[in-house]
Amino acid sequence: MEEKDSSAAAERPSGLSTRAAEIAIALFMMLLGGLVVYDSLRLGVRWLSDGPQAGYFPFYIGLFICISSAVTLVQAMLNKAAAKKIFVEWGQLKLVLMVLIPAALFVLGIQLIGIYVASAVYIAVFMIWLGKYGWLKSVVVGVAVSVTVFVAFEIWFKVLLYKGLYNPLALIGY
Amino acid sequence: MDIQGVLSRGLLPLVAAFGLVAVSAPAAAWEPTKPVEFVIPAGTGGGADQMARLIQGIVAKHNLMKQPLIPVNKSGGAGAEGFLEVKAAKGDAHKIIITLSNLFTTPMATGVPFNWKDLTPVAMLSLDNFVLWVNAEDPYKTPKEYLDAVKKGGPNSFKMGGTGSKQEDQIITVAIEKAAGVKFTYIPFKGGGAVATQLVGKHINSSVNNPIEAVAQWRAGKLRALCVFDDQRMPYKNKVTDTQSWNDIPTCKEAGIPMDYVMLRGIFMPAGVAPDVVNFYVDLFNKVRATPEWKKFMEDGAFNQTFMTGKAYADWVAKAETLHRDLMKEAGFLAKP
Amino acid sequence: MEEINALMHGFSVALTPFNLMLMAIGIILGVLIGVLPGLGGANGIAILLPLTFTMPPTSAVIMLSCIYWGALFGGAITSILFNIPGEPWSVATTFDGYPMAQQGKAGEALTTAFTSSFIGALFAVVMITFLAPLVAKFALQFGPPEFFSVFFLTFCSFIGMGKEPPFKIIAAMMLGFGLAAVGIDTVTGQLRLIFGWHELMRGFDFLIAVIGLFGIGEILLSMEEGLSFQGRSARINTRIVIETWKKLPKFWVTSLRSCVIGCWMGITPGGATPASFMSYGIAKRMSPDGNKFGSGVPEGIVAPETAAHAAGTAALLPMLSLGIPGSPTAAVLLGGLLIWGLQPGPLLFVEQKDFVWGLIASMYLGNIVGLIIVLTCVPLFAAILRIPFSIVAPVIIVICAIGAYTVNNAMLDIWFMLLFGVLGYAFKKLSYPLAPLVLALVLGDQAEDAFRQAMLISQGDVRIFFSNWLVGSIMGLGVLMLVWPLIGRGMAALRGRAA
Repeated sequence: MEEKDSSAAAERPSGLSTRAAEIAIALFMMLLGGLVVYDSLRLGVRWLSDGPQAGYFPFYIGLFICISSAVTLVQAMLNKAAAKKIFVEWGQLKLVLMVLIPAALFVLGIQLIGIYVASAVYIAVFMIWLGKYGWLKSVVVGVAVSVTVFVAFEIWFKVLLYKGLYNPLALIGY
Repeated sequence: MDIQGVLSRGLLPLVAAFGLVAVSAPAAAWEPTKPVEFVIPAGTGGGADQMARLIQGIVAKHNLMKQPLIPVNKSGGAGAEGFLEVKAAKGDAHKIIITLSNLFTTPMATGVPFNWKDLTPVAMLSLDNFVLWVNAEDPYKTPKEYLDAVKKGGPNSFKMGGTGSKQEDQIITVAIEKAAGVKFTYIPFKGGGAVATQLVGKHINSSVNNPIEAVAQWRAGKLRALCVFDDQRMPYKNKVTDTQSWNDIPTCKEAGIPMDYVMLRGIFMPAGVAPDVVNFYVDLFNKVRATPEWKKFMEDGAFNQTFMTGKAYADWVAKAETLHRDLMKEAGFLAKP
Repeated sequence: MEEINALMHGFSVALTPFNLMLMAIGIILGVLIGVLPGLGGANGIAILLPLTFTMPPTSAVIMLSCIYWGALFGGAITSILFNIPGEPWSVATTFDGYPMAQQGKAGEALTTAFTSSFIGALFAVVMITFLAPLVAKFALQFGPPEFFSVFFLTFCSFIGMGKEPPFKIIAAMMLGFGLAAVGIDTVTGQLRLIFGWHELMRGFDFLIAVIGLFGIGEILLSMEEGLSFQGRSARINTRIVIETWKKLPKFWVTSLRSCVIGCWMGITPGGATPASFMSYGIAKRMSPDGNKFGSGVPEGIVAPETAAHAAGTAALLPMLSLGIPGSPTAAVLLGGLLIWGLQPGPLLFVEQKDFVWGLIASMYLGNIVGLIIVLTCVPLFAAILRIPFSIVAPVIIVICAIGAYTVNNAMLDIWFMLLFGVLGYAFKKLSYPLAPLVLALVLGDQAEDAFRQAMLISQGDVRIFFSNWLVGSIMGLGVLMLVWPLIGRGMAALRGRAA
């Protein structure tokens, strides 16, 4: 695993503190762990004569998630240094969100109009908006990728990809 | 070869198929206008998957349909995913699904909101047999000898391997237990091939594999077939091993285990499709059944080649559903409401 | 020798222009399939299987097995270039392959990966040629307790090697196990951890998590550096292959060890994925440069790639000789054999000599053809990194979405992929390790199934895991691997005292 050296940005102005991020993730993990434990209790967590029940292992898995996250949580709360360390600068976060939010919209687009059309639009918009490319070039790349994928999957490999709730390709018979 | 068998199994449907073609052709019958999705509610490599991909190959090779047939595996949740999708695709004429017993067992065992009545029955392609297998090095030559040994060994001392939990293999195991008054330890594995191998390696004492899952080991003399769970013997008389054909395997009934079970390999499609759409697919599968590839596959896998459509098929499915509900209820496999 | 004659006969069957052409087509298709995450070898072969019904069986299996080799080769490409493993067994390749690409050594990393793959496959094929019947029997020894012991050994050889905070390692690994448990429980058929949400029944596929955690997570991380980023300075050098080859022989110990691990895991059949993890873990433990693993050392590519390919190839042996598929891909090929009218199993070697030896010969030829094709393309692959980020990023996200969809044909999986991406970003920045999470996710449910099947067999008696020499020695080896770092530290301390 390569690690991003978070101390490299030592002189940064302001951003989300590492402590806040640690606490948020630890709480999230504890929530997941809690859910696992909760459902395991329903399934049965005992060791019967013919071995463990369905919830036996998940119960301990959930428990371990909760305990280890609780330790991390406490460590984060007590760690004064982490409060000053920056998890991500606001400027960086903005850049990350500039990719993440369009990606989420892209997935929503897949849900609505299917992979092919959504992909072409997404690539073109990404290139124009974030890459500052010209209209023509962006649209050509977007459409080209999408058509290649279409030919490869739909026609060549005969793998049907998701066409969305409102399938625009129905117009051309797919 | 049994001439009458050939006539009734091979030629009659063929004649029927031609009849249908002759009748339906002039009336500008419905035809698919885009690729047809063939949903497989099981993983790649399993029995249903093999059959579906064979059908795809036959349709492509013999040019039986202008649009391609595209298999899609939706195996999640013991097949529930595939069934739920077809259920949701109401009125879609370009989607068909191949089923196995999980058509009944999955909703009953898990409580997933789904029933075969949510679908349109198209055709029964065949029925898959189950055979009771033991390791060839074990001394048991007949089902009775084996079950006597199981009884003598006491409850849970003999291990029965099978595919999945609360599905057909375990249902059969429970039915044997009831019929013979014994108790096995049932060990679920993920696939039929793994079960056969575990039996060869003596990690389990017996299995109820489908013929096609165990035939290789049978031919090699590693496994012994004790009896088949159909109510009549399998019709295939060509020698498979040095000494035995499928037909030489007795039925479990004649060997003194009063039970039978066969598994549906059938085609369904979404509800709300027009009758001529269903007719198109019935016709298509009639053509598939007439090809030499299909016949060879049926014989290799020792399938029961019963073919049904329309009301007869729906009635059969309804009866099978009741049977499964009873069996699963007795075994305590039904999902708690 | 009988095998040599048979093999020569096999070459005469396989070496027709038509078959050679099929090999090349198969390799290229396979590489494509391997590159697209989600569309793995098993799916790829299942998809192309019906196309081969019109061919003679020998040609058909040559083409399909070449797709398989191609997919094995291709899985490494995206792992190294974009940190997106195209196949489960390529995950361990990302650990050192991606850092190398980041350092501008993509060509070297790719050459190392391809060459190691080839060596692993070659080793396995030679073994198949000469030891087939002997080795096939070994596979039959494996019941549930033995399978569990193999998974146990994989975990033991991999964990306890991270530099991350221990509680985060535990949390990440347990999260992996938890995700693996979602869905239908094999042993009881109960629905676990789905909370009435039926779409969750299919569980979390390993590839969805990996595409998100590694691929999307990496893109988000790269974004912090800004969009000015104009592609990596991938040094393009047509002689890179020769230069890399000069450096590779010194890793022969790792290579040999990985070959053995791979063959063993392929036959048992544990599969290529555990083989690659186990091999990486053990190499890290045994190598003098062990502490540099993960920062971009070629040895960290040699170990998993060699083992994965050896395992992938060896997995075909139990399929041919016993009719047991050693991997999902082998399972699909097995279905193909049946459809072509061939019966896999102990008699195949006797009854279908042309077919079997033609296939074995094609394993040699296919891998050579494959190596030539992929090596000539190394500069091309490496050049992909030069494409500006603002074009590559959306295309990668599109490919990831397609990959996530094709795993289960499920729209919901694309959403999960995105969620895993965010999680991967946060985890990496907070130094939660991703490798144990992924390992637990891919092997967790198999390990649990094997454990509980063994418990059913023994009626709840855990001593079954030490009940015979085979399972006992694998478990023992696992324990040894677990305490190895302690032993190493102890030895160092002793040496320090002596000095």
